Amino acid sequence: MPESAEMSASAIAAAVSARKLSALEATDAVLARIAQHDGVLNSFTDVTAARARDKARAVDAAIAAGKSVGPLAGVPFAVKNLFDVKGLATRAGSKINRDLPPAARDATLIERMEAAGAVLVGALNMGEYAYDFTGENVHDGPSRNPHDATRMSGGSSGGSGSAVGGRLVPLALGSDTNGSIRVPSSFCGIFGLKPTYGRLSRARSFPFVASLDHLGPFARSVEDLALAYDAMQGPDPDDAACTSRVPEPVTPLLWQGISGLRVALAGGHFQKHLFPEAIEAVGRVAKALNATEVIEVPEAARARAAAYVISTTEGASLHLDRLRTRAHDFDPAVRDRLIAGAMIPAPLVDRAQKFRRWYRAQVLELFKQVDLLIAPATPCIAPKLGQATFVLDGVELPVRANIGIHTQPISFIGLPVVAVPVPLSPMPIGVQLIAAPWREDIALRVAHALQEMGVVAAPAPKGY
Amino acid sequence: MAEPLDDYIDAVGRALGLPIEEDWRPAIRANLEVSLKMARLVDDHKLPDETEPASVFRA
Repeated sequence: MPESAEMSASAIAAAVSARKLSALEATDAVLARIAQHDGVLNSFTDVTAARARDKARAVDAAIAAGKSVGPLAGVPFAVKNLFDVKGLATRAGSKINRDLPPAARDATLIERMEAAGAVLVGALNMGEYAYDFTGENVHDGPSRNPHDATRMSGGSSGGSGSAVGGRLVPLALGSDTNGSIRVPSSFCGIFGLKPTYGRLSRARSFPFVASLDHLGPFARSVEDLALAYDAMQGPDPDDAACTSRVPEPVTPLLWQGISGLRVALAGGHFQKHLFPEAIEAVGRVAKALNATEVIEVPEAARARAAAYVISTTEGASLHLDRLRTRAHDFDPAVRDRLIAGAMIPAPLVDRAQKFRRWYRAQVLELFKQVDLLIAPATPCIAPKLGQATFVLDGVELPVRANIGIHTQPISFIGLPVVAVPVPLSPMPIGVQLIAAPWREDIALRVAHALQEMGVVAAPAPKGY
Repeated sequence: MAEPLDDYIDAVGRALGLPIEEDWRPAIRANLEVSLKMARLVDDHKLPDETEPASVFRA
């Protein structure tokens, strides 16, 4: 058995349920690993050790009493610090929110993970107010890439990517508005699930762009990703956008294979603005799936532009009072983007929301021809921390604005995506597996098949 | 010399009650130029008058 801190969630849950490992031992091992390595990774902003040990003891006591404790028995996990954690101010990567009163109750997804036996060990670093693709944070310092600590973890769920990729925890939760689960997954070499918009409750998490915000899990295997996802599904009246669909568990479906599924490559916008590593990663996945057909996603570049407009304006609306009263307490880069966002004329925003409905209809038509689309997750491997530009096709481009160009047109219409890690050397890079709305099962089945083929895997960290 | 967007930034900043310090202006202007470029790209895509926005209110 590997050191328990590095075990998968599935292995920990099996060992704890079988009383071969106690939840407290698993928790202590993770806490020790965080203490040992997070000085470099800087992925945690809060370690809730006392709470975690209390919960772990409760899990062990329940097992000793012969009670069922759930499929995540004793599995340590952590959450991006925009999730409400009872007793902590929900900072959402900001300085300003530290003045909020402590949260009175956990976020719904934390409650569901713990109801399944999981153990929350802390809150994770993130880009300020989730308006970020880098994982850098002026207040808390950057979370670092576990494969090369001089590189970005990706944002905005940077701490989530860093902590899971760095094997500090087997599972983490994050949010994705324009790519903030898929980008850190790509840069940190792990699996990430951005579910269908509305699938998982966002109740008691700090928002960014209400009409685009999603929450989802990170893991180092598809089984673990599915395990966490299944534990968190279900309606929630506390989130207006949350679906009324009953849970549709995917774990039992992972081994169904991919026979009969129609898989194609996303063309046009998704085959442009790519470094060789991204082309290589997409090519490996396509080859393994025998995908040769290329399907043009109509107006994807315009979809990215519309997502940009909606994000900057809704974000500005959310933060308008803070911009008026505490402008100096923002990360200046975030502040200046939000102030500019407040100045976009309303008709242009309305048009972006109308375009969104048009684009959705076009893309849903495509899913009558295919079951899954393959696209790059990021145009490049993780850039260096602080890197402002990269040269692509002979043109110098800003890093921040271009990291999410392939993720934004997908989350814009809420499609479910599994980001899978292709373990290139020296740095991994992710690929998006994109399905029709509510078909997370297809994306996860394909991810699982690729994992079984050895095409995708979370590499061991070597950055610390 | 004032940039073309500066008068607009000042006017909207006043209308919204946003404090805008002179040091911030170049970055705000640069961000606004990018955001307006994105918005124009969307604006250029003609849609039927009957097109509903993505969110539809239900009573």
